[in-house]
Parts: sequence; C-alpha cells; structure tokens
Amino acid sequence: MTPQDDRPVSPATGDGAPHTRRQAKDAARQDEVRLENAVETADGELPPPAVPATAAGLGAGPAPDAPLLHRIMTGNALVAFLSVVLSLILGGLLIAVTDQNVARASSYFFSRPQDTLGAAWTAASGAYLALFQGSVINFEGDSFTRIIYPLTQTLTVATPLICAGLGVALAFRAGLFNIGAQGQILIGATFAGWIGFTLHLPAGIHLLLVILAGMVGGAVWAGLVGLLKARTGAHEVILTIMFNYIATNLVLYFLSTPAFQRPGSTNPISPQLDATALYPPLLGPAFRLHWGFVVAVLATVFVWWLLNRSTVGFELRAVGANASAARTAGVNVSKGYILAMAIAGALAGLAGVAQVSGTEKVLTSGVAASFGFDAITVALLGRSSPWGTFAAGILFGAFRAGGVAMQASTGTSIDIVLVVQSLIVLFIAAPPLVRALFRLPSPGAPRAGKGGSTTRTPASTGAAA
Amino acid sequence: MKLELIGITKRFGSLVANDSIDLVVEPGQVHSLLGENGAGKSTLMNVLYGLYDPTEGEIRVDDEPVTFKGPGDAMAAGIGMVHQHFMLVPVFTVAENVALGNETTKAGGMLNLQETRARIRQISDQYGFDVDPDAVVEDLPVGVQQRVEIIKALVRDAEVLILDEPTAVLTPKETDELLGIMAQLKADGKSIVFISHKLREVKAVSDVITVIRRGKVVGTADPGAPTTELASLMVGRSVSLTLDKQPATPGDVTFRVRDLTVQAANGQRVVDGLSFDVAQGEILAIAGVQGNGQTELTEAIMGLQDHVSGSITLGGEELVGRSVKDIIRAGVGFVPEDRSVEGLVGTFSVAENLILNRYDDAPFARGLSMSPSAIEKNADEKIAEYDVRTQSASAAAGTLSGGNQQKVVMAREFSRPLKLFIASQPTRGVDVGSIEFLHRRIVAERDGGTPVIIVSTELDEVLELADRIAVLYRGRLMGIVPGAVSRDVLGLMMAGMPADEALAQAHDVQGGNL
Amino acid sequence: MSTATTARVSDGTAVRSWKNPIILSVVALLALLVFALGAPGNDVTFRLSEEGDPVVLPSIVVSAPVIGWIAALAMLALAVLAILRTRSGQKVPTWVPAVFAVLFLIAFLTWVVGSARTPNVALYGLLAGSVTLAVPLIFGSLSGVLCERSGVVNIAIEGQLLFGAFAAAVAASLSGSALVGLVAAAVAGVLVSLVLAVFSIRYVVNQVIVGVVLNVLVSGLTGFLFSAVLSEDAERWNSPPRLPVIEIPLLADIPVIGPILFQQTIVGYLMYVAVAVVYVALYHSRWGLRTRAVGEHPKAADTLGVNVNRMRFLNVLLAGVVAGIGGSFFTLVAVSGFGRDMTAGQGYIALAALIFGRWNPIGAFFAALLFGFATNLSNVLSLLGTPVPDQFLRMLPYVVTVFAVAGLVGRSRAPGASGIPYIKG
Repeated sequence: MTPQDDRPVSPATGDGAPHTRRQAKDAARQDEVRLENAVETADGELPPPAVPATAAGLGAGPAPDAPLLHRIMTGNALVAFLSVVLSLILGGLLIAVTDQNVARASSYFFSRPQDTLGAAWTAASGAYLALFQGSVINFEGDSFTRIIYPLTQTLTVATPLICAGLGVALAFRAGLFNIGAQGQILIGATFAGWIGFTLHLPAGIHLLLVILAGMVGGAVWAGLVGLLKARTGAHEVILTIMFNYIATNLVLYFLSTPAFQRPGSTNPISPQLDATALYPPLLGPAFRLHWGFVVAVLATVFVWWLLNRSTVGFELRAVGANASAARTAGVNVSKGYILAMAIAGALAGLAGVAQVSGTEKVLTSGVAASFGFDAITVALLGRSSPWGTFAAGILFGAFRAGGVAMQASTGTSIDIVLVVQSLIVLFIAAPPLVRALFRLPSPGAPRAGKGGSTTRTPASTGAAA
Repeated sequence: MKLELIGITKRFGSLVANDSIDLVVEPGQVHSLLGENGAGKSTLMNVLYGLYDPTEGEIRVDDEPVTFKGPGDAMAAGIGMVHQHFMLVPVFTVAENVALGNETTKAGGMLNLQETRARIRQISDQYGFDVDPDAVVEDLPVGVQQRVEIIKALVRDAEVLILDEPTAVLTPKETDELLGIMAQLKADGKSIVFISHKLREVKAVSDVITVIRRGKVVGTADPGAPTTELASLMVGRSVSLTLDKQPATPGDVTFRVRDLTVQAANGQRVVDGLSFDVAQGEILAIAGVQGNGQTELTEAIMGLQDHVSGSITLGGEELVGRSVKDIIRAGVGFVPEDRSVEGLVGTFSVAENLILNRYDDAPFARGLSMSPSAIEKNADEKIAEYDVRTQSASAAAGTLSGGNQQKVVMAREFSRPLKLFIASQPTRGVDVGSIEFLHRRIVAERDGGTPVIIVSTELDEVLELADRIAVLYRGRLMGIVPGAVSRDVLGLMMAGMPADEALAQAHDVQGGNL
Repeated sequence: MSTATTARVSDGTAVRSWKNPIILSVVALLALLVFALGAPGNDVTFRLSEEGDPVVLPSIVVSAPVIGWIAALAMLALAVLAILRTRSGQKVPTWVPAVFAVLFLIAFLTWVVGSARTPNVALYGLLAGSVTLAVPLIFGSLSGVLCERSGVVNIAIEGQLLFGAFAAAVAASLSGSALVGLVAAAVAGVLVSLVLAVFSIRYVVNQVIVGVVLNVLVSGLTGFLFSAVLSEDAERWNSPPRLPVIEIPLLADIPVIGPILFQQTIVGYLMYVAVAVVYVALYHSRWGLRTRAVGEHPKAADTLGVNVNRMRFLNVLLAGVVAGIGGSFFTLVAVSGFGRDMTAGQGYIALAALIFGRWNPIGAFFAALLFGFATNLSNVLSLLGTPVPDQFLRMLPYVVTVFAVAGLVGRSRAPGASGIPYIKG
C-alpha cells in the first residue's frame, strides 16, 4: 500500500507502523493490523517474545557475535532479574515505612537514626524472610515434611496460575488480549464442579469427566468472545472484561438454584465434590499438592508443542503477528481468533478444575480467587512463552503462598505481593527504565536522534468496537 | 527566499539514507529532485522539514544557518510541505485541517474557524481550487485533498513549497492541473521543490534538476537534457528500457473473469463489471492510477474481498465464493502489493515466511505436526536459488531490505506449480538489481506456460512486461490494448477514456504532428 | 460522531446488512412473548413525588398488559419497517433503533415492576439514585474520553478511581476537611495517570498492559496501606467528613428533576460541569482540535508543529484529575471511609460507558446514566421482590455493553490512532 520510499527497512517499518498507514483498506483490517505483536511489551529494543522459539527449533544458533559479557549486560534475563530485585526493594521500603516500630523509631530519627534504619531493616527483612519460609523452605521445620511443605504449597498455588497463565499467553500469541481468564476459570469450575457433585461415577472416569467438563466450560465461555470478535469485530479486551462480570453473576445465580446450592444452606455454596472427582494428592495426604500440578506441567508441554511444532500454532502465531499476511496466506483469521480463545479458555478451565477438584473441593463464586487477573501478569512476566509462563507461575505462586504465611507470622498484609508483582511486570515491560536505573549499556548501536525507526511499534488495542 | 542545504547526512543506524547532500533552491524557482524509489529524496525533505534531525550538515535560509527542532520551526521559516501520504485528519473538515497547529482563537482558547474559512476561500479563489472549507476530508477525492494540503502550506505563508511525489496518486489530467498550479505559484514568487521519479513531469516544470542516487547527489541536469540521459543518471548505468524477452506464445485461455463486481463496505462499486481473459503463457498487465480498483480486483481473485459478484474461473473451476486457502490450493500464486503488510510476517523467520501459505502441506507438516528439518531445507534451497541476502534462514523477515523481502515472497509463490500467477506492484520499493531479477523470473514463469497478471501503476514496468494491457479507471475496464501501445493511449485511458477513442485520438494527434 | 454504518453511497447501493433487522425482530418477538403475553394482570404505579414534597405530582398508574401489548406491537412494527427498508436496499434510519430502545425500556420497566410483589415504585427515587450511582462512572468515562481522544487507551480508570477514593479518605480524615480530600483525590488520580503516561508514552509499553497492571498495583497498594495503616488507627486515617449536599433553593423543589440536578454534593455539580466543559472544549477549542488530531492522525498533527506526545501526556494527566475527583465520590459522598477494592470494577464499567457513548462526552454521560439506572433498578427491585433473579439485573450493564461493542446497536468508530504509540520517523 505504501511504497516504503526512502525509509530504511527495519522491523518497525517492515511491519508497517500503523500510524503511517492511515489509508488502510478498511477499518476491520486496520484493527487487525493494530493487533500485530499484541504481546510486545517492550519498547522495541527487545526481540519479539519467544518468537525465536521456532527459530531455535530450526536449529538456529545465537545470532549476534557480541561479547558474552555485553550480551548478559544487555540481555533480557538480566533485566528480568533486576526488575524482580527492584520491585522487592520497593516493596520492602513500603513495608518499612508503614511499620509501627519504624514509625516509633523515626520519632527520634535525628538523635539515633540507626534505630530507624534498623527497625526498617528488621521489618522488611522479617517480612521477606517469612515470605521465603512460607514459600520455599521452612528452616524451622522439625521434620522433612514440615521443611519442604512450603515448597509444595507454592506448587499448589502455582497450578491454577500456570494453567490460566498459559491460556492468557496463548491468546497473546494469537494477538488477543485475554483479560477474561477470571470468568473462564469460574465457568470452567462451574462445569467441572457440577459434574463432580451431581454425577456419581467410578474413580478415574469421574475425574476425567470433571477435567473435560472444566475445559469445555472455559472453552465455550472464551470461544464466545472469539466468535463475537471474529464476527462483529468487537474488541476482546472489553468483551472479556464484561464476560468476567457476567460469569461472576451467572455463577452466583447458579448457586442460588437447587441444582447447585448445597442442600440446607442459604449461602451460595455447592455441595462438596465426590471423592472420585478430586485430584488425588501427589505426595501423600501430608501435603495439599495434588495431581493438578502434573496436569499443569503436561499443559505446558502441550502448549509448547502447539505453538512451536504444530500447524495450528503456526496459524495462530501468524494471525497474532500479522493478521493481514495470515489472511493472504490462506489462514482463516476468524477461525484463528475463535480457536485461540477456545484453547485459552480450556486452559483457564483447567485452572478452574485445579481449584474446584484440587484445593477448594467445593464451588463458590470465589473459587477463582484472583487467579484470572494474576494469570495476566504471569503471562506477561513469562513473555508469553510456555515455559516462561510456567516459571512465572511458580514465582507468583511462591509470592502468594509465602504471602499467606507472611501475613500470619509478621502481620504484613498479603497485598504487598500484588504491589511487588505489578511492579515486576511494569519494570520488565520497560527495559530502558531498568537499564537507566542501573546504568547498564543499551543493546545495539546507539539510536540516531529522532529517527528512531528501529523502534518496534508495540501493539495497540485501541478500544475499537 | 533562498534555501540551501549544505552537506546534509542522515544515518539510520548503519544505513546512510543521505550522504553529504548539497542543494540550493533559488527564489521563484522549481527545483526538481529526481531519483528512484528509495534513493533518499523523502528522507532529505523530512530533514529539511524538521521531521528528522540531520546527522551532519547545515540548512541555510537566506544565507542564515537555521536549525529546525520540528516542523513548526520549518513552517515558521517559510517552508511548507505536501507529503506523499497526505497529512490530513480524515474525520476533520477542510477548515479544521487547515486550522490545526495554526489556530486563530477567541477568548478562552475557543476556535475561530470563521477566519480560517475566509482564508481558505480566498486562496481557493486565487488559484481556482474550488475547495469547500466545510467538507469532511475523507469524503473528498484525492486531487482535492492534495489542494487542501497546498492550502495548508499557503495559509502559513510558505515561501518554499516541497511537493513529495505529488503525482503518484493523480490521473494524467489531474497531474496537468497540478503542474499548472505549480506554474502559478512560481509566478507568485514561491519556490518549489518537486520530488519525483517521473522524467516527463520533471522535464516539464523544472528550472533545475538535481539527481539523487543511493543517498548521494550524482549530478544536476538541465530540463532540456534528453530523457535517456536523465534516466541513466538516475539509475546509474545506461538503461535499456526493454527487457530481453521473447514474444509471447499464448496457449489456451484458462483464466476467465466475467462481470466481476466488488463492493466496498460503504456500497461503492470499487470494481465494476469487469470481464477479461488471460491465456496460458501471456502476461496481462493491469494499468491505472493508484486506487482505481486494482487492489480490489486482485483481492477478489484471491478470495480476500467480501462483496463479490460475477464469475472468476480457473481451468473451468469457479473461484468466487471459495476460501483463500482453496484458491491457493487451486494453484494461484499471489504477490500482494504491500509485502510488509500482506506478503510477510515481519517477526517470523525467513524460513517460516517461505512456507507461509504451505505450512500445512507435505513435506512441511504431517497431520498437525510440523517438520522443522523440511522447513529448514526448503529455506536453504530458496535462499540460494533466489540469492536472498539474509544473515540466516532464522533471521526475522522484517530485517531484510525491500528487494530481499520481495525475493522471499516471489520464491515462496514460485515454489509450487502454478496455474495462475498474480503480482501486484512486483517491484515497488525494490532496488534496480533486484528489479531485473524479479522481472526475469516473471517472464520465465510466463514462458513456462502460466497465465500471468501484473498490476502496476508504473507505466515503464507495464510496458516492459506486458503482452496485453488492461486499463482500469474507477473500477471499470477502459479496454485491453496490445503491449506495444503508445504511452499517450495509456495516459488517455488512465484518465477514463475508452480504448477505441483513446486509440483514435492518439492516432489523430500523431497524424496532425506529421 | 461518525458511524461506520452510515454508508456513503456514491456508485451503488450500500451493502445490505441484515444484522439490525434480525436483532430487532428477535427482541421484538421476545418482548411480545414476555412483556405482552407474559404481562402481569395488575396495574403498575410509578410515583413521581413523595407526600410532603413542596410540589406533589399525582402518580402514574398504568395497566401492565396494556403497556406491554402496545410496546411489543410497536416494536414489532419497527422491526418490520427495518426489514422492509433493508430488503429494498435502503438504510434503516437511526431513529428506529433509538425509539425501539426506548419502547423496550418502558415495556421492561412496566413488566418488571408489575411482576414484583409490590407493583409500586418511586420513579423519582429510581432516577435520582441512578444519577448518584452514575457519578463516578461519568467521571471515569470522561477520563477515558480525554485519554482515548488523544490516542492513549486508558484501562487504568479503575485504578484512578480507587486511588482517588483512597487519597480523598486519608486526606480528608487527616485534615478534617472534605474539600482537602477532594483536592487530594485529584492529585492521586494524576499520580496514576503519570505512571500510565510515562510508561505508555515515554517507554512505549503497551497501553493495555500498563493499564491492567496499574489497576493491580493500585489495588495492592491501597489494600496494603489499608491494612497496615488505615485499619490500625481508623479514627485518625479513615474517618473522613462527608461532603454536604448543597440544595439550590426553589429549583431543588421541582419534582423529579429537582433532586437530580439541584440537590447534589459539590462532586455531583462538578460532574455536570465536567461533562459540559469537556464537550465544548473537545469540539470547539484549540486544545480540543489538537487533542482530536493527535488521537486520529498524530503524524499529521506533528507535521503541523503540534507536539504529539506532549499533548497526549497533558491529556492523560488531565484525565487523572477528572477520574481522581470521581474517586472521591466513594469516600466523601457514598460512604464515609475507605474500604478495600471499594470501586468494585466501576472503572471497567466507565470504560464500557465510554465505548457505548462512542467516545463522546455527552454519549458517555448518557451511557453511564443507563448503567447507573440498571444498577439502581436492581437495588430497588430486590427490595420490591421481583421475579427476575437479582444476578441477572446486575449483569445487565455488562450484557448491554457486550451488545454495544459487538456493534448490535450501531457500530462506533474509535479515534483512529487510539492505542497506537507515536514514534517519530
């Protein structure tokens, strides 16, 4: 459409920075184009998220010949690490300034500043130590079980985070902002739960059916969004947000009907699921960790295969990276949207199953906790790659599990975990900020003045309707 | 106003877009910048207009050095620019577009559009523009939009007007009108920098011609210089304007289009009742000014358009109503007009782009599972065969140069047996070396017996490749003429004259001259 | 506002869209089934004023089946009209869906109140309550208008509201002055905006991501401070004085509209002012022209010397002021004191109102009112005892929004460059 006259060809211009393409053929396509690289959170100095995964599959080695140290200094891993450190420091400061002892000590700050600083250190380090002990290893444990118990708790909490995070990540890769994991978990849990407490089937089959139902529930709920987007061009960000609220109300309604409500109860709570419908414990009854975690690992492997080794994944990635080109190459973009959302929903549904037949064992409207929203940050932190999401899920699982322990032992509110998590994602999304804060060299050649054409245009989702 | 550029260099990373360019624009002069696509003309003008910082060099206005921090400074210095892609807000009215950035306000920052409207009417009357200040820009024809751009510059008292490829979107008639306007502006003492790669226009209006190639000034020329001389200056070697190709030996007609109509979402018939045939072993070129239905025609053939009626058959099989995938599988190869938007996925590797529409065919996939080794092998072969300059098969396609990207697209399309090959603007933004290579490949495909359709807005390319030429005007077919027809005939047809009339009139003119 | 469906017919007829007629027909048939055939046999009373009010108006008493049948038949007629127009290749006039929607609303209201245990509702209270509930929504969607019109998607409205509410509570408690709280709310909104602007404009991070993450950040931050500070000494930190209701003499006594327009807190009056100011400024001022240009075609604005990113930055900050003030509604008007996550997703509804209102301040105002009305209706009806499950009424705003964004009520067009970062070159 635009002859790229006189412009250096770079990824940015190559993909066509949308604002130079005002004369887009029609609004719908422009919308598609805007979704290019929806996952791109970076400021352009980062390679596309996990795209090299395929390249790696094709046996490609590391491309640039930069010195190792330079590569480490400018690489994403360091930025990610520093982002976590920076966020923990800021979180620690927040804990310190709100601490009662610090407040007392600061009243005589100028006579004995070391008291204030000491109290601050005690508050922050105490909280973080409790967080660590609550999520990884409990040094004070008197038995092996006690010592590793926190780690299993972390994995338990990570299970729904990983499943739902994979769903968000997969949709991201197809160019869709799936803010709706929360609703998908809820509906998945509802389907799964109903099978679990209504049908009474032999062990094995029952659980299998529960898992299947959970996936179907999530897939239908998310697929509906995909369908609406494909058919009407409605924006999925708005749709998924709305579907979350609709799901919450729907579940509340179900829980007020005889089919779902626990007999004799006036509260919106279901009967307990049959034992045959529950995930068996993975490490014996001493731990809450259940087989759902193994399912989460399998799901990660599956998503990796799907995205990097299957034709379906190729289609989805093509739709996500450049919907116009995908369409021209014969990919059915509408089908891609529906399929991507349905698979994403099925994965979120697995998270619902993990909750309802793993940890909670009953269906309530709060069964999804805030896993659906955390899943977004998990997927972002994992840069939308399956194993990245897995790792991020474990990290945030640790935060959450440790946060509970921290709140119990030091009284520090678990909300601090939300603060740290969101700061991590913000920092990771803006590598230049982190580099500037730590005075790291920026990757590549210095950019030329205003002609920053090497900057990739990240996505946009213009809330187009 | 005298404008001087001294030693302007502009680099993007390692790419040197402008290499110490010197240029002097005298008052009341039309100074043409002649150069191929990608030669660095627009970059230079963006530097002059304050959109880019020059890496090195100096700009002088009336012998005073100036620095432009942004377009605002350039405008304040009396420089106005009409961009190749119009810088108009489509949903604004003409008056709002003209006022933007230069608003006259009442108390409290409230707009006083009345004054702007008056100025627009005044300028419109002075130059005979016929522009309604209250029309919404997106409803206006391209020619009028261009006038709005000129008004924007004049309202700001521009003394130097930069026109960046202004004729690319105009019909020959509109082009002549624009050249007339330029003469009028010049008579009013304005200087004009006219950027173009079209020799005829440059020769018609210029006082001075500066030729730019690969970011460097390679010479200045007198408008009276012969066309071939200008052309070889521009391209950098003696240009043989004809490709070394054998006459076509058309076989059976296998591709037929009947009463094809395509409607845009707003109901407009962008392709209107087209019927034509293409035989095996011939190249049909589709000529026309940009935006006369060519894009929609090719997209309709590929199944990419929604509201299509009529019939398209390939080897007797109906294509209308079938999916893109079916049409690709039926053996239609397609090079879309904007490779970076439709032809390639910029973030995908070269290897992946080489199988972009064959990813689920053997040997690249078995069932749902893809075969990385087959994909890699295919990539290595194609990269070697087409001499694609890339770091590796796993490099992102977006990092390649325009010519190499186009080679990837062509390599992909030619890598399967074709029953029809369609290429839209096959060499737009491609360097000269690659153009020749790509043209040869297209002719080779024809000689192999494939029906070929080339869509191009460049008459040179059309005349070079075509065995027959179809001209589109406002979605209608003006007729199909032999490939050896004169430029005059094509020009008349592109302006909306049916083929027989155009042939007759061109004949008359020639007769009269003799 | 431009709509994509208004076809410009130049050479042919518009491509026929059967979406509108089909939807109208289906809804009309449903209306016939539920509101007419399923109408309760009794009368329905809508009270317009309270006894003891300065001006007492008689109540409106209507028969539920009569209204149900009239409305359903009229809706059917409109649906038939739409079908005929579409079949003859003509455009369905825009008043058709509009009138249809009004009829639907009247029929629904009559039916739902009529089916309640007490088929008697105070219409004035219903309306006034709707406006009250809509106040934060309106501020929120104005914040969205300011951002999106300049090309920045603002998902962080929720965060702006929540942080505004928090700051208002704390500042008002500490200072003892609700007005100080109001100012603090605006500042808090700007702080959230600042992060949004720095990350999305300076560091070109995806705007939706920043927005989503900011909401989590604010939720975590306020939640943490709530438990670490506010709950420790609620007397000192979390007992803000409430903003007084200022009655405008005489005008406040006008039945129905008096309480809506002239019996508000300062936040309520500011809301009306804000809508008017944003509307006028957006379409008739230099700032507005530039804002819209930057949101539609930033490069064009740039070539005319408008500093695109500075314009966007300013607008995002301004949006923070507006949303922050909206947030103060929660702690200075609605209840006295901050609660964890007390905005409860209102920011997202504001976002929906913005889209439903087609990026127009006035449109957003009415959309927010509609959502406020739906919420208030569900509150009122749950007291009256209604056959419709409460959850479905609560779902209504969200379902309506889904229909709106799916283009079933006419397609809206977002600002051209909304969500697209501007990078020079």
